[in-house]
Amino acid sequence: MTVAVRMTGIAKRFGDCVAVRDGSLEVAAGEIHALVGENGAGKSTMMRILAGIYPPDAGTVEVAGGDVTGWSAAQAISASVGMVHQHFMLVPTLTIAENVILGREPTRGLAIDMARAEREVAAAAERSGFRMNVRQLVRELSVGEQQRVEILKTLVRGARILILDEPTAVLSPPEVEELWRVLRALRDDGGTIILITHKLDEVTEISDTITVIRAGRTVARFPTAGTSPASIARAMVGRDVVLAGDAPLASRKATVPAFAPVLDVRHLVVAGERLSRAVDDVSFTIQAHEILGIAGVEGNGQSALIEAIVGLRRAPSGEIHIAGTNVTELSVSERDARGLAHIPEDRHLRGLVLDYSIADNLILGKQRAYQNRGGALDRGRILDDARAAIAVADIRPSDPMLPARALSGGNQQKIVIARALARQNFVLVAAQPTRGVDVGAIELIHARLRAARDAGTGILLVSAELSEILALSDRVAVMYGGRIVAIVPRSEASEEMLGPLMTGART
Amino acid sequence: MSDPNAELMREENPSTVSESMVIIRSRALRDRVVEAVLPPLVALLVSIVVGDLLILAVGQSPGAVYRLMLEGTWGNAYGFAQVLYKSTTLICTGLAVAVGLRAGLFNIGAEGQLAAGGLAAALVGLALPAGTSALIAVPLCTVGALVAGGAVGFVPGALRAKWGAHEVITTIMLNFIVLALLSWLISTRLRVPETLHTQVIRAGALPRLSAAWSGFHGSAANGSIAIVLCAAVILGWYLFRTRGGFELRAVGLQPEAAENAGISVGRTWIRALTISGALAGLGGINFVLGYEHYYEEGFATGAGFLGIAVALVGRSNPLGVVLAALFFATLSQGGLAINALVPKQMVDALQGVVILAMAASVPEVRRLLARSRGKR
Repeated sequence: MTVAVRMTGIAKRFGDCVAVRDGSLEVAAGEIHALVGENGAGKSTMMRILAGIYPPDAGTVEVAGGDVTGWSAAQAISASVGMVHQHFMLVPTLTIAENVILGREPTRGLAIDMARAEREVAAAAERSGFRMNVRQLVRELSVGEQQRVEILKTLVRGARILILDEPTAVLSPPEVEELWRVLRALRDDGGTIILITHKLDEVTEISDTITVIRAGRTVARFPTAGTSPASIARAMVGRDVVLAGDAPLASRKATVPAFAPVLDVRHLVVAGERLSRAVDDVSFTIQAHEILGIAGVEGNGQSALIEAIVGLRRAPSGEIHIAGTNVTELSVSERDARGLAHIPEDRHLRGLVLDYSIADNLILGKQRAYQNRGGALDRGRILDDARAAIAVADIRPSDPMLPARALSGGNQQKIVIARALARQNFVLVAAQPTRGVDVGAIELIHARLRAARDAGTGILLVSAELSEILALSDRVAVMYGGRIVAIVPRSEASEEMLGPLMTGART
Repeated sequence: MSDPNAELMREENPSTVSESMVIIRSRALRDRVVEAVLPPLVALLVSIVVGDLLILAVGQSPGAVYRLMLEGTWGNAYGFAQVLYKSTTLICTGLAVAVGLRAGLFNIGAEGQLAAGGLAAALVGLALPAGTSALIAVPLCTVGALVAGGAVGFVPGALRAKWGAHEVITTIMLNFIVLALLSWLISTRLRVPETLHTQVIRAGALPRLSAAWSGFHGSAANGSIAIVLCAAVILGWYLFRTRGGFELRAVGLQPEAAENAGISVGRTWIRALTISGALAGLGGINFVLGYEHYYEEGFATGAGFLGIAVALVGRSNPLGVVLAALFFATLSQGGLAINALVPKQMVDALQGVVILAMAASVPEVRRLLARSRGKR
């Protein structure tokens, strides 16, 4: 076998944080290689070193047999190594063709030769099997289409070794299938693909070889054929893990008599930015002891629905009732006082003040309760409660004075969840509760959500992960184009049944 | 290929984990201190080098000029008292800008707020009957200054919260309006004929520091610095110890998260700019109650804008603001001392260099630190 990439003894630290301590990777030419590991294990850092974004502190990097340790991103690109980042780097107001040629525009005289550019980009898209109109504006594209533009960008620059960082995080099931088709075609054409992911079913489906990184060290490498998701998970976490899909369905103790719903949403309409209505006449109820899961491809009104329910956005029409009280006109803190808790979908934006300590983040929104008579905050009590919460939620590192910024994504999310579940709620709105969180933490977070449900909280779960919806929900609703297109009991829901509803193929 | 399970046996030694945690903690603390102290030092060094070149360009010896500058400020009692006097107003405007920055807002209106505070202090002092005890009159005049400055600060806060009008624009524009309004009041209603100032206040005058120690004789330094330092301490306590400060800083760092936590972002903006305006207005007592005992048009021109530099160099920290105000006051007083050797404009140029160097050094130093840590 020809080795396309060999990285040995890689180490890299950022300040006090060791991202990679002993990383190695060997990728054969013409294979799809999955690089898996928990969040913060060092996968992305390894790949950024390979793509020339950072130099390693120690170790060697070889590409196609030559030592390229410490090369620059420009050198990597000219040596046919291309990386598609988790966050797209596209200009929404430019067309596909303009985005692809950005930085290497063909010119005629002083002007850009747009006709030639479009011809070349269209030809490259054709070769790679992409169906796209290169004159379309990027802002009109779906997330999956934008990702294809990113891939096309690296291919046009001559990439033969393609690195993809969590490419399916934002895709719907049919878009994932389309991506696999493209990647397989690239591989069969002789390209080498390195896929960073922590989704185990994807690893087993698409990859030829797997490398597992744990805590900055490469701990295992094995061919995909003959491995199971459970054994990969064990390698990632270092112990046995209950995977979401394996969890016993409906672990509820008993069926609960139908009380008045804890959350009652009636004919809710929320104005959107581009769509005239981000949420269009949505009605549903959630009982105590129930999880209602909302499945749907991102961008179909889920964010607007959540913000309207928790009070961050005004609803021009419709009503929201929490445990029998009409809260439609109430503020965020007034709804909070009536028993509504919220796990926001973007923890960096809405969930945390990253420069605040863990302790301060744990009381954010509850600061009134920690105020002395003199007006000062009771630091002693804040710290005591923080230490207790850190122990219960297993937040690491456990120093309550560390800024939230210093923690990994999974541990940051544990702060957000610990805060939301610190008291008994009527309603919990949990949006993407395990996004970007590793397998071990997912297990813990799911257990806490189930425990809250069993204790009587009605939970609205919004997730882009269909497997998560199916693992946790008692009922499943599908949201498409701002509307709830179906609500079914969990027993009737399946991936095959929900997929077409999510993409609007069936209503 | 290796067997995954065999590899899994290598586990981290738990004791080294807890040890490295302690190291992380102390390092983080040290890095924070280094990050706070290094930029001003680098900026100072750069300014001194540029200052040397400027002094050489006008044909003088840098050593002689700097010596004269130090002698004229920290080198004798009068010079030092003058530094204290000049820094008093700058501490106020610096704190004003700092509290805005903590809430994520840029208050460029300290100039107008300062003038409004000064006039209000004078009007209260004029309205009180002569012979009112200073124990009553000084607090009343001070409150007058705070309220007037706060009222001017409230307006851009409300405009931002209610209609989203950007505070940079509104505070700048409000400077013109307030200063023009005060100018009109002075020239038509309040002035002593043939001057641009009001009558001397009947009550509320603060003693000069020279009353306590004759070495300060001739200097304008006065008791208002005690009031202003109290304000700095109270602001520090408010920002870092109280619920209000907790919410204000959260809004400044991450408004979306604060909003999600039920904090009203708009109301916090209004509160921050009102406090900011009040602190700038407080600066008015230094001249009005402490020095001339009347309001005079243009009594502190430029101090409001210099407050921006003071807040930036002081890293929006009350203690840092006090130190930065002393530094800029030293430059200003030192400029007078070296007037014989070099043109006064040179000191203004040097002040500009300090501000530029400071603004550039903060991110640059952070980048260098990050790189050196990466290598460690």
